[in-house]
Amino acid sequence: MPNQEVFSWLRTRFFPHIWCPGCGHGIIMHALLRALVTLKKKKSQTVIASGIGCSSRMAGYIDACTVHTTHGRSLAFATGIKLAKPDLTVIDVMGDGDCTAIGGNHFIHACRRNIDITAIVMNNNIYGMTGGQASPTTPAGSMATTTPYGAIDPSFDICKLAEGAGAAYVARSTIANPKQAEQFILNGIQKKGFSVVEILTHCHTTFGRKNNRRTPIDNVNYFKNNSVPLAKAKDMSPEELAGKIITGEFVNKDVPEYTDQYLALIENVRGK
Amino acid sequence: MPDVAFWQGNEAIAYGSLAAGCRFFGGYPITPSSEIAEIMAEELPKLNGRFIQMEDEIAGIAATIGGSIAGMKSLTATSGPGFSLKQENLGLAYMAEIPIVVVDVMRGGPSTGLPTKTAQQDVMQARWGTHGDHGTICYAPASVQECYEVAIKAFNAAERYRQPVLIMSDEIIGHMREKVLVPKIDPSKLVDRKRPADIPEKFVPYRPDPKDDLPCMASFGDGYTWHITGLTHNDWGFPTNNADEIEKKMKRLMRKIDRFRDDIVEYETVSAEDAEVIVLAYGSVARSSLRAVHEARNRGIKAGFFRPITLWPFPDKELEKLARKVKTIIVPELNCGQMVLEVERAVHGKAKVVAHNLVNGELFKPEEILAVIEEVA
Repeated sequence: MPNQEVFSWLRTRFFPHIWCPGCGHGIIMHALLRALVTLKKKKSQTVIASGIGCSSRMAGYIDACTVHTTHGRSLAFATGIKLAKPDLTVIDVMGDGDCTAIGGNHFIHACRRNIDITAIVMNNNIYGMTGGQASPTTPAGSMATTTPYGAIDPSFDICKLAEGAGAAYVARSTIANPKQAEQFILNGIQKKGFSVVEILTHCHTTFGRKNNRRTPIDNVNYFKNNSVPLAKAKDMSPEELAGKIITGEFVNKDVPEYTDQYLALIENVRGK
Repeated sequence: MPDVAFWQGNEAIAYGSLAAGCRFFGGYPITPSSEIAEIMAEELPKLNGRFIQMEDEIAGIAATIGGSIAGMKSLTATSGPGFSLKQENLGLAYMAEIPIVVVDVMRGGPSTGLPTKTAQQDVMQARWGTHGDHGTICYAPASVQECYEVAIKAFNAAERYRQPVLIMSDEIIGHMREKVLVPKIDPSKLVDRKRPADIPEKFVPYRPDPKDDLPCMASFGDGYTWHITGLTHNDWGFPTNNADEIEKKMKRLMRKIDRFRDDIVEYETVSAEDAEVIVLAYGSVARSSLRAVHEARNRGIKAGFFRPITLWPFPDKELEKLARKVKTIIVPELNCGQMVLEVERAVHGKAKVVAHNLVNGELFKPEEILAVIEEVA
């Protein structure tokens, strides 16, 4: 991989970044940049939108058209940008809180609308930036600062949510498999339609500390030991799959894309 | 487009926006503003513009800001509850200096309140609704004709000063039908945001132009890469915790309205020169107030009329000058007393200020205001 090309996509003058040493977010950013380089994307034609939280700072570090918006709302901003200029490549980087809690409504409607945006959801099962509060993807039984006796509510399955809401491309990987994450991001960007790439990452600082995954290595090993490829998972029972992370491409379908539809509508209206 | 139209206020705002060059609308249905969205849904595709009905009010303004970031003049419209929901992203547009126009067709509140009845209860929210300090530009049209005109002015101001501009209409103005003389638009009178003259490598997105103290703005997709954030940022748009940079940003945000205040402020006076009693009113209330002032004159009372067209910035200097000569200023409002506080601030005790309020969903009859004039005269 041409490192120099990847490097040119970084705003290194704003380093050091704010992520904790050993954070998984850098692995995801690297995977995204490799995908952009492979696809020969132009910085000035690439939009990176983000919400609020550790994940959102990624937009600042990438040298492109970047917009760091309000908590959970990035997809709505990205939708406006994409609709105004459909030729732009629009990528939305968000956290699990952004995507499934405060921004849940925008997420399901972006899936339904099937607008050509790639949503990369960095799921670390926690609100890291604010100090480790439970999120909608915190597994039941896990400890967080706002679940001091263990979380009692079930967590969201982001990929099932996206599939149910109508996304054209849905995939899951983990930071323990960066090549796969890169491939899924690349596939998502190439897909005409709304793509969701969930990448499980870790916050050893706030989640790991309370849940026996204190170091980055503990987390990488956890992901390695608990990931099950989709093909294999199909032959496993629900009991065998309990606590496992199913990785792979869940949806890859061709459905009409929103901006295509809108531009066709304009042509129809203006043609009359 | 006909030269003479018979429009509702909401229609006039929609057509005025289109005439101003608006090509993007993001919104969500809400009474009594929905006609604006409906007209934009029909008209924008004809102009190669974009309309999108979003999943909620918050997304409506977010998409609108997105449309502007991508270079289109962008509008959203709402009413009370929706205006509350939009406040956070409105703050982002102030902080990130993204031009948009937001219409609030006011209805009674608080909460769901009176969806089909008029009120003026959001005028302080227009000034202070989002958290944090910023300058505000806000128009309050009092006729259908003026709805058309302020829509154009609002877009011009948003583009010139690179910030959100508000139009506070109300249910009466929004749904009233009147004759409108649709002026021929002189394209040279329409303002487009200043685009960067620098090559992309040299573009500094928040560095003010020394000539007018205002920064220019590139659009996404125009060859420039830059960063937009709601975090307090430096001239390059990057988050900062440096005290000097923070102060520089905040002072410039305030200054860009303060320093152009005289260019922005608009008001109207009738029979004010020799008046002893002034009725100060805006929006739909201005109409019954003016009628009451005329009637008072017929009865020999030296009554006058002062109508802020911009609620923010408020025409305080102009009102203060007038206050030196009058005894009493009556401020009728369809709220429990909001702009009257600004009137009191402006006149510094130089004239007696009398609030006259109505919050039952009805509008003032001229004779009610006349009775107050006669009482104080």
